[in-house]
Amino acid sequence: MTLLITVFAAIISTVIWYKNAPRDEMKVGMLCWMYWGAALMWLVDAIFGYVEQQAEYFTPTPVEMLNDLFLGLSAVALGLIIWLVVLLIKDPKGVIRAAWLKQR
Amino acid sequence: MACFLVPVAEAVVATVITKAVEAKETEAAQRKADTGNNNFETKSQIPLASKLKWLTSMLWGGSALLAFEHLWHGEVVPWFPFLTAASDPAAAAEMLAEMATVGVAMAVLVTTVWGVMLLVTKAMEKKALQTQPISD
Repeated sequence: MTLLITVFAAIISTVIWYKNAPRDEMKVGMLCWMYWGAALMWLVDAIFGYVEQQAEYFTPTPVEMLNDLFLGLSAVALGLIIWLVVLLIKDPKGVIRAAWLKQR
Repeated sequence: MACFLVPVAEAVVATVITKAVEAKETEAAQRKADTGNNNFETKSQIPLASKLKWLTSMLWGGSALLAFEHLWHGEVVPWFPFLTAASDPAAAAEMLAEMATVGVAMAVLVTTVWGVMLLVTKAMEKKALQTQPISD
């Protein structure tokens, strides 16, 4: 479930990035790399899980699924927070810098 | 248990290499601009530093989310020794075995995907260069 949610997040962010390419003012590219990186790593985790548990891997209990759903959504939220922090620090549009200079 | 540490280690090495390559490329571009040798140059290649940044972004980003997953499962704690498995020798051995298998596989897969991306990019650059009109 975590892998699936991350893959969807990666696909959505990649579509958004492609729609605005080659401009990347909002640094969506960073979000794509982050989600794809995590998706690949969780894919390896899933493969090892499958090797260990075989078909049982695909039949998790409802509690496990719910926990994985929360984890996946939380991971996506964390990714968005990291992206937002980097975006505000780098401030590619200069909005924060301009507001700060105006205040001074 | 701590499989994300292997991609983190690779990310550190890749970041250092990226910074070195970036500095070299900036210096070379500056030298070219100073001598005026880039007047009719057509930009067709993505700099190596940018390509390396794809790898570091994937490694750092993926590792950050995986570290969060380990925190979620209680395998990483915000106090010393940070890894719950590190306090028990048997669990530590299991952790090292997992790092050697799952962790290494993660780093290898991410690097392989990046390698494939480099090959595709190279082919695209070659194609773009061939279709570019020749200027005097």
